[in-house]
Amino acid sequence: MKNNRRNFIKLAGLAAAGLCVAPKTTLASGGGHSPVKPGANARNAKRWAMVVDTRRINTDEDIKALQDVCHAVHNVPDVPTNQNIMWIWSAPYEECFPEQHNPYLDDDVKERSYMLLCNHCDNPPCVRVCPTKATFKRPDGIVAMDYHRCIGCRYCMAGCPYGSRSFNFGEPREYLDPTKLNPEFPTRMRGVVEKCNFCVERLAKGLQPACVEASDGAIVFGDLADKDSDVRKVLRENFTIRRKPTAGTEPSVYYII
Amino acid sequence: MLERALKGSPRYWAWIGFLLVIIGAGALVWINQLTVGLKITGMNRDVSWGFYIAQFTYLVGLAASGVMIVLPYYFHKYKPNKHMVIFGEFMAIAACIMCLLFIIVDIGQPQRMMNMIFHPTPNSILFWDMIVLNGYLFLNLMCGWVCLEHDRMHLPHPKWVKPFIIISIVWAFSIHTVTAFLYQGLPGRHYWLTAILAARFLASAFCSGPAILLLVLKITEKVTTFKMPRRAVATLTKIIAYAMVVNMFFFLLEVFTSFYSNLPGHMHPIVYLFSGAHGHHELVPWMWTFIAFAAISLALLIPPKLRNNQKILPWALVILVIATWIDKGLGLLIGGFNPTPFDTITPYWPTGKELMVSAMIYASGALVVTILFKIATSVKEELGDSQALPCGCSTEDDDCDCGSVAETEEAPAAEAAEATA
Ligand code: SF4
Ligand code: SF4
Ligand code: SF4
Repeated sequence: MKNNRRNFIKLAGLAAAGLCVAPKTTLASGGGHSPVKPGANARNAKRWAMVVDTRRINTDEDIKALQDVCHAVHNVPDVPTNQNIMWIWSAPYEECFPEQHNPYLDDDVKERSYMLLCNHCDNPPCVRVCPTKATFKRPDGIVAMDYHRCIGCRYCMAGCPYGSRSFNFGEPREYLDPTKLNPEFPTRMRGVVEKCNFCVERLAKGLQPACVEASDGAIVFGDLADKDSDVRKVLRENFTIRRKPTAGTEPSVYYII
Repeated sequence: MLERALKGSPRYWAWIGFLLVIIGAGALVWINQLTVGLKITGMNRDVSWGFYIAQFTYLVGLAASGVMIVLPYYFHKYKPNKHMVIFGEFMAIAACIMCLLFIIVDIGQPQRMMNMIFHPTPNSILFWDMIVLNGYLFLNLMCGWVCLEHDRMHLPHPKWVKPFIIISIVWAFSIHTVTAFLYQGLPGRHYWLTAILAARFLASAFCSGPAILLLVLKITEKVTTFKMPRRAVATLTKIIAYAMVVNMFFFLLEVFTSFYSNLPGHMHPIVYLFSGAHGHHELVPWMWTFIAFAAISLALLIPPKLRNNQKILPWALVILVIATWIDKGLGLLIGGFNPTPFDTITPYWPTGKELMVSAMIYASGALVVTILFKIATSVKEELGDSQALPCGCSTEDDDCDCGSVAETEEAPAAEAAEATA
């Protein structure tokens, strides 16, 4: 009864608040269901961001190695169809930056492979469209997901302008090797969406994201709000671009060209 | 009143049985989908919505269509529509039910559906779509049932339903606008990212919806003693013709904007749909069929002579329904996802299982329509409203002078045969 009333008041209040304040209510009620509690030595930031040095990580093999690490850590299944799940993958220049290619681009830049993952956007359309707050933006800028709340409507996949999300069309555990599971990270059930989570569970333990750790310094991860951080330093010293600037999402993944 | 649906001819029961068989077969496939997941569909990582959501989108138009009968009657006191209002409302009920079913079969975790209510999220258009659809279903159930119940008891319609009917008229526009907003405003999907999408949705709803309604009513005329007043049919056909003209005009506006501006993002989906891209031509024949059928339906509906010919009309309507279905039930969705965010093409085509589940839902909708229309026509028969006269006119036609001049062309048998052809 009490719960019913609370839900009703919440519904009435939200409906009254309307669309204008919606993004804030999303934040307020969406935060806090991270699967891992932050530890004493957790890494904190105002705005996490990643800079990928494409001069150093630029072949399919380089990226496959990082993908293997990420997918192993997060128990991402390897589905052999186009209903596959990908948290991190590689693509040629025109697919990574479809609006920013020109016919006379430097051959070296054109022939590189680029590492794609969720951009953890500042204005994430996936959060805007999600009808259950299963996708939410944390105060530190990470766009995270609650797999137990997701109803599998896939609206967020239509909303993401980068194709960063995957849906478990079938039972994901069928494609996982039970002997190689990472016991520290949950597996998913069928019918929910998933994507790169910027390794929130590792940040909570004071670790770097798995792909950053495996990159041997070619990917830099840190706090954009801190002007002395590593990311700010590499952003100052190098020319970087982001994917699809016209979408207005303000991605937090930068590429050094 | 429901007991009226339990008395019927063997033909009626055969039809009900046929629908139940389809529902049963589709339900088996749906159970299979529930146990193994949406992997039985043709959807994939890049095309994450498919046939189900496309049918949902198309049927929202059917739900909104009844308003084209209700509105002239209540806002303009257009009398010939009086006894047709109930059919518009009942059709809306069936369409809303089908829409909701298509959403349910499409989501990956249907048992968690209530999360949309437990965690209301006003910034998601899906939340508003749920509200407007359920609201519209409720409004039509209430107005339709109350009015029919009072008709049956030979009582005037109660005053208190009138405001609800007025609300439902306005609401009909909202369901289609909100459904368009589901698509409109997603930054990565250029085919949908257009301010005219909601207007296009309304235009296509107001031609395709009444066209389906009119076809169903023509069949109803054949199997019952119900007869639509000629003037009401003529008005509705005119509305369909105008709405189709507006629909195609809006489509041309899209084409102009895309190609005159020369913006790649806006051109790519149209190029893919109508001439193929990156070696993928799956939709090209379909889209040109859409253009050809749209042109034919307009050619048959615009000249008053052809439009009012009851032998040609059913054909024109069928052609129009096919054209709008290809545009909205196929091209809109696939064109939105293709080209993908990577400017590549990932083809999508529904699987047999997907079609079976969809058939289950369409059959359920047909079942609801059959039962509701059966009840409504039996009440009308009892009251002598809108009944067929020997000359083929309806009792509501106040200018029927067939008693003196026999119109061979309007003979009921010939016309009825055409209606089902
Ligand atoms: S990249 Fe896509 S999934 Fe990731 S935050 Fe941005 S919109 Fe959401
Ligand atoms: S699929 Fe899940 S995360 Fe995506 S919009 Fe629907 S409920 Fe939200
Ligand atoms: S940040 Fe973590 S989750 Fe994201 S791609 Fe890298 S390893 Fe995977």
